[in-house]
Amino acid sequence: MFGWLVWRDLILAWRRRADVLATVFFFVIVVSLFPLGIGPERETLRSIAPGVVWVAALLASMLSLGRIFGNDYQDGTLEQLLLTPQSTYLIVLGKILAHWLVSELPLVIIAPLLGLQFGLAQNSLAIVVVSLLLGTPVLSLIGSIGAALTLGLRAANVLVALLVLPLYIPVLIFGTGAVQASVGGTSPQPYLLLLGATLVLTLVFAPWATSAALKISVE
Amino acid sequence: MLEVINLGCIRGDRRLFQDLNFSAEPGELIELRGANGSGKTSLARILCGLATPAAGEVRWQGKNIRSLGEEYFRDVAYLAHQNGVKDELSAIENLRISSAVSGHALKRDRAQHILGRIGLNSQQNLPARSLSAGQRRRLALARLLTSNAKFWILDEVLTSLDDAAVQLSGQFIDDHLKNGGLAIIATHQELNLSAPRVQRIELSK
Repeated sequence: MFGWLVWRDLILAWRRRADVLATVFFFVIVVSLFPLGIGPERETLRSIAPGVVWVAALLASMLSLGRIFGNDYQDGTLEQLLLTPQSTYLIVLGKILAHWLVSELPLVIIAPLLGLQFGLAQNSLAIVVVSLLLGTPVLSLIGSIGAALTLGLRAANVLVALLVLPLYIPVLIFGTGAVQASVGGTSPQPYLLLLGATLVLTLVFAPWATSAALKISVE
Repeated sequence: MLEVINLGCIRGDRRLFQDLNFSAEPGELIELRGANGSGKTSLARILCGLATPAAGEVRWQGKNIRSLGEEYFRDVAYLAHQNGVKDELSAIENLRISSAVSGHALKRDRAQHILGRIGLNSQQNLPARSLSAGQRRRLALARLLTSNAKFWILDEVLTSLDDAAVQLSGQFIDDHLKNGGLAIIATHQELNLSAPRVQRIELSK
């Protein structure tokens, strides 16, 4: 059942791939604007790179949050999903996994390419990828709570941003910290461990909170 | 099998119904009547477990559906106002994926057979986006036929169906009742069913 649910969401995303591409292009454009705006000075670019990449990733993932449950809510399939004989926790986890694969993984893959514009060294680029790999699932997990809470509300997009962005701050700090450490020549390991711990924590609690929020929104 | 005890529902500030009591056994049909806004849909959503009643409880095989949880969902199929049909998927994909997600995978020929019965044979590979309102409703009905649920909760099942489809759905409901199923139908239209045991519940404003 779990596998089918993820598969279903992947097919749906493929049939609406323009939405997905828009998120990726947003990420690419936002990150690319900085070198153009700030100028080609190597040292400055290198020092702002971690923050720019991570903030752009946060904003890009905000854009796609409405899609986790929004379409299913509108056509009534969300209700049908909640009435299937499996735990809401697993349903939510399946939808978050699909959302991460569709909306976040492309950002992780394209990030090192964008990092090149900032003159990041190879090992720093690797840390960008690793930190995003650990951090973006947290963004999907926390974001799903906001998406579920604002389901069917007016101005849901703005509300989601207000609800979720403050909760993203720890991820932002640990993520940029890891990349900055590697640019500065120290070990990024403590930051990556903190990111991993955040991931485990949200993996356990976020789907549970999202399930509760979904039940309220559907009712 | 189904017991409704002292059920009450409040929507916003308005009390829709209170102290509602009825019970039903296998093979029985419950017709739910009432004017617009009298709480038919709210009752249907409480019965299927999507909404929580303000008072009272719903029991299935002697147990409160709140404590049964997912076990109850195995026995229930709910056809809501919204069809629960995905525009991006074809008719047959809609049917097969929704059954697989609810835990009983459907072979291709079985899905084709069901779509044939419901009169969507030549539309099975069309995306649901290009189906008419009545055809989408038929597709939602087809999903009902794929489920093994004992308890059907049908909210305005006949909306936008043509005469042939109305007759067809009557047939399906009859078959379901004959096989020991239970159904509750909220509707304004007359259903010509041969069901031997029919209970009528009138919700007043």
